[in-house]
Amino acid sequence: MSAPAEQSGDHAGSQPPPLLEARGIVKKFGDFAANDDVALVIQPGEKHALLGENGAGKSTLVKMIYGVMQPTSGEFFWNGRQVVIHKPAEARDMGIGMVFQHFSVFDALSVVENIALALPPQPMRALSERIRQVSEAYGLAIDPGRAVHTLSVGEKQRVEIIRCLLQNPKLLIMDEPTSVLTPQETELLFQTLEKLAAEGCSILYISHKLEEVKALCDAATILRHGRVVAHCDPKAETARSMAEMMVGDQIAWVERQDRAAGGGPVRLKIDHLNLAAESEFGVTLKDLSLEVHGGEVVGIAGVAGEGQAELMEALTGEVLSDSDATIHIDGVPMGRADPTKRRLAGAAFVPEERNGHAAVGALTLSENIILAHHTAEGIAARGWIDFSKASDWAGRVREGFDVRAASENPVAASLSGGNLQKFVVGREILREPGVLVVSQPTWGVDAGAASVIRRALIDLAAKGSAVLVISQDLEEIFSICDKIAVIHHGRLSKEHPAAEMTPEKVGLLMGGAHPEDTEIPTEEMA
Amino acid sequence: MILLDPRPQPSRALALLSPVIAIVLTLVAGGILMAAMGKDPVEALSIYFFQPFKEFWLWLTLPPGEAEMWLYTPSEVVVKAIPLALIGAGLAVCFRANVWNIGAAGQYTLGAITGGWIALSAPDGASGIWLVPYLAAGALGGMAWAAIPALLRVRFNANEILVSLMLTYVAAQLLDWLVRGPFKDPAGFGFPESKEFQDGFIMPVLVGGTRLHLGAVLAIVAAVALWLMMTRTMKGFQVRVIGAAPRAGAFAGFSQDRTIWFALLLSGGLAGLAGAVEVSATVQQLQPQISAEYGFVAIIVAFLGRLNPIGALFGALILAVSYIGGENAQIMLKLPKAVTGIFQGMLLFFLLACDTLIHYRIRLAAPGRA
Repeated sequence: MSAPAEQSGDHAGSQPPPLLEARGIVKKFGDFAANDDVALVIQPGEKHALLGENGAGKSTLVKMIYGVMQPTSGEFFWNGRQVVIHKPAEARDMGIGMVFQHFSVFDALSVVENIALALPPQPMRALSERIRQVSEAYGLAIDPGRAVHTLSVGEKQRVEIIRCLLQNPKLLIMDEPTSVLTPQETELLFQTLEKLAAEGCSILYISHKLEEVKALCDAATILRHGRVVAHCDPKAETARSMAEMMVGDQIAWVERQDRAAGGGPVRLKIDHLNLAAESEFGVTLKDLSLEVHGGEVVGIAGVAGEGQAELMEALTGEVLSDSDATIHIDGVPMGRADPTKRRLAGAAFVPEERNGHAAVGALTLSENIILAHHTAEGIAARGWIDFSKASDWAGRVREGFDVRAASENPVAASLSGGNLQKFVVGREILREPGVLVVSQPTWGVDAGAASVIRRALIDLAAKGSAVLVISQDLEEIFSICDKIAVIHHGRLSKEHPAAEMTPEKVGLLMGGAHPEDTEIPTEEMA
Repeated sequence: MILLDPRPQPSRALALLSPVIAIVLTLVAGGILMAAMGKDPVEALSIYFFQPFKEFWLWLTLPPGEAEMWLYTPSEVVVKAIPLALIGAGLAVCFRANVWNIGAAGQYTLGAITGGWIALSAPDGASGIWLVPYLAAGALGGMAWAAIPALLRVRFNANEILVSLMLTYVAAQLLDWLVRGPFKDPAGFGFPESKEFQDGFIMPVLVGGTRLHLGAVLAIVAAVALWLMMTRTMKGFQVRVIGAAPRAGAFAGFSQDRTIWFALLLSGGLAGLAGAVEVSATVQQLQPQISAEYGFVAIIVAFLGRLNPIGALFGALILAVSYIGGENAQIMLKLPKAVTGIFQGMLLFFLLACDTLIHYRIRLAAPGRA
């Protein structure tokens, strides 16, 4: 680790210039500096990590490198020559490729059609051949003729990577690439990236997953509040030391305590739940069963799009199942009850999407209280809304969960992701529900907020509630859950005590090693 | 280069200011149009838009005896505004639910037909109490017509914009057939029109010497009631949530299907009521032309009123001024009738453009550097 500003100097000596150098980059949005005097140096063939919490300015910096936006001041140098990158097409011409966090592929088109869209016109057959060559050379197995909607998330990412590779990039930017991958898929991706780097292509790897950065990268730049706080060698640091650089002060690490979990009564029971997919892009739920006892936190792991959304909708009552007996809340069969009835029975829910599902961006915070509590907490008795009760609730949530906002009762859309997430989680937890189902509780949330939310989930279980956490974040699952089950292709594995599980075993189940097999994979398999 | 930057919070000030800017821009563009047609723009605009206000002012300020003669034009503005306000208030709620009922004109026509059916089949000497079933039938007719797009949307996911719009033409043809067939006045010399309604079916006039009728009270009551519903009750909250984020509505336990039914039946019922009110107050019989285009103009009313039922009252008054102004312009300036439609169209166009400013701010930048 060295002081921030040291690395950019002149490269007049015998050393070749760095591939990319950023000097004094400032990007202001109004008065707010998203990037403030940022320096970044990437050498040819280097795997460089860009680390930081959400809102630290990583995306802003990368967007400027890729020409999506322009810095307010500061300079970029490409192979030692100053450049101004006006738009992404110029960045691509220079040899910069980018794989976005949210894929820009069209589901209705085939792999080759999607790739052709990004390239100059050429015969489809020749392009398919080139795709095949690149995919073989880099271990990115994909069939160019397949329709994209039939691909898994990991495969869609490969389409994006191949699209970049066909343009022979010298710098490949990867924005949080592993958030949707199983540990095994991540391993494959790293092999591809290692191979690319060995051939001289530099990688700029954006992440907040510290173990991955340690495994892959040989240099790191850490951003906090828009400023570079450190350049370091991730292999020489611990995950914890890098986390502290990212967050700035000591974080309260939430650890699962060994509690006498499972002693309480069964408060949430899913009993042979089957649910046909609503559309051809949906997932059919097949024979799911799970019991969550009072006092325990049960985690459902799985990569994105394996049926989590469908399960969540079946649990909230947004989609009704065929029989009342498939879902029991505190012993009451409620498979066909609407969300309001389930809430009255003591259940509470936090869906994955905070904007547009758990909350309405255009409504104020107190109106967003009404959204969930209109009947269960008597805010709208006999059809008339009691606004003072709602704003009282909103105030208590804001206070209890440290929700920071600019004004007294702002619209939800004006809150940062972390604050809105604290609000929607706090809104449900303050009811002290007997059953809480929460999906992706800390998705896209900074470490401070994540720690508050995880702490609250554990505390709720400690008071005797049953907490079910659906999450793609294995670190999170392992840090808060007493039992772990895995969802894959709409099937749910048996739950196992967390102490008996390892990330590798969960990873195997996530990849569908034995979806029907309820046994834990043995050591040899892992 | 003009750039649009998203605002962190939608601007409340501009949400209210946008209609004012749009009206000013419409006047400027209208002035240019008048000049291009060879008229003095200042004179033309003053006849078009300011005459009714001027006469209203005269009525307010002149001493009794001189004032009365200036009441007629303002009262005619209100008469025009009544159906616009009734329909516009319903559409404001409907659009808030993100349900796009474009066929209020058809529901209006059906309201006139079902109301007219009651009026034409009542016994001779019917008293004023008959207005109640007459108006109820009008509202039910509008609801029935709006139920068709609601059913097709909920059952088959058919686009309510197209269905409700196309039903407008069906309704117009139905009325045309009825006044040439079953409803035709046998003593009407073969004209395509019904008998005139009996006195019991005529909306009572509120102010002597004008045509200002009871419908004004209905429009105000409807607007206030809908405003209360939207701001104070769960029903209104459901409409707003389903309209803004249907998935959040499902999470809250609100039914999207029921909200679609509610939005269409409410707006259809008010359009049907407006049809019955208007026929009873003005032409007092069924005929092929019953000003069903109010159903379309009310879309502008709803937007001008910020999709707020009380706002729709003001929107209705402004659009009514454009109708009266159009008539004045025809008489005094020999301008074609189409000018009214052009003004109304420009108003909606500028309004929708100005609404962009609620969510975005304009930034000027030199080309090349963003």
